[in-house]
Amino acid sequence: MNYTHTELWLIILALGVGTFVIRFSFLGILGDRQLPPWLLRHLRYTAVAILPAMVTPLILWPQATGGQMDPVRIAAAAAALGVGLWTKNAIWAIVAGMGSLWGLGWLLG
Amino acid sequence: MPASSPRTAYWRGVRTALPFVIVVGPFGLLFGVVGTEAGLSIAQVMGFTVLVIAGASQFTALQLMQDNAPTLIVVASALAVNLRMAMYSASLAPHLGPAPLWQRALIAYMNVDQTYALGHADYEANPRQSVAEKVAFFFGTSTPVIPVWVGATALGIVVGEAIPPALGLDFAVPITFLALIAPALRTLAHVAAAVTSVVMAILLAFLPWNLWLLAAGLAAMIVGAEVERRMEARR
Repeated sequence: MNYTHTELWLIILALGVGTFVIRFSFLGILGDRQLPPWLLRHLRYTAVAILPAMVTPLILWPQATGGQMDPVRIAAAAAALGVGLWTKNAIWAIVAGMGSLWGLGWLLG
Repeated sequence: MPASSPRTAYWRGVRTALPFVIVVGPFGLLFGVVGTEAGLSIAQVMGFTVLVIAGASQFTALQLMQDNAPTLIVVASALAVNLRMAMYSASLAPHLGPAPLWQRALIAYMNVDQTYALGHADYEANPRQSVAEKVAFFFGTSTPVIPVWVGATALGIVVGEAIPPALGLDFAVPITFLALIAPALRTLAHVAAAVTSVVMAILLAFLPWNLWLLAAGLAAMIVGAEVERRMEARR
């Protein structure tokens, strides 16, 4: 990480203030008014639109292996995703994912 | 409901939120561990956790910072993750709009995925509550969730050093996010958005200044919204 102290705090403060403004927007500033349907439709997908992109490089090219694809990590990710889809339960998905990572790592290690 | 009062609403909120500590705790702990390992100072890790209180965006910022992305891109990408909270704010406004400004400001600060979901569900289920009861319920849900989030991060900073790298805790970040994403894939539109997101992240990885995340997110949002629109038109 190559940031100065000032830059790091700038990121933290900007993110804190920006997040508060987003959360305060309608509660505090815009009040009780309807969002246009097209905007609501887009906002509904922000989480499932951005988070998968964020995890993709972490799974395919993990830093811990120097960016090399790692079959154990890919299998563990698949297990977490599969169990999450099946059970709709985040805790079981984490258990399956980390369990596979440790289990396969131990078997192959 | 003659027996109900802000006090009972508050404790009902506390009780409803207690089980969610199981999700919030490990997530906060992980941020403490990973943030410290990435090279942030204790004050900076706690600064993130106390000022932002939004795990997904904090991890997003952290990931881009480890790639030394430009400051503006780090902030814009992490804020994009939090855009959904504008929707939370809008859907709470009809219920909490008449509350005093300081209460609304405090609620906005503590409006995270868990407190929002619990608050909104309760207001829809018991629409005849007074505004004071609704506010009290929200403060109730925040009472276990927010301190556990902050405390777990602090604990993560402390125990992080003791966790051997062989445990592969770096990989707990993507695993945790997959665990959050998978149950959210409720409709075809959600699946289409998620698949677009992954494909674009790979295709756009070459973009300068780590713009791939914002670009992939935007494209996936548009795809999700468009699929939803078409599904509804067909009905």
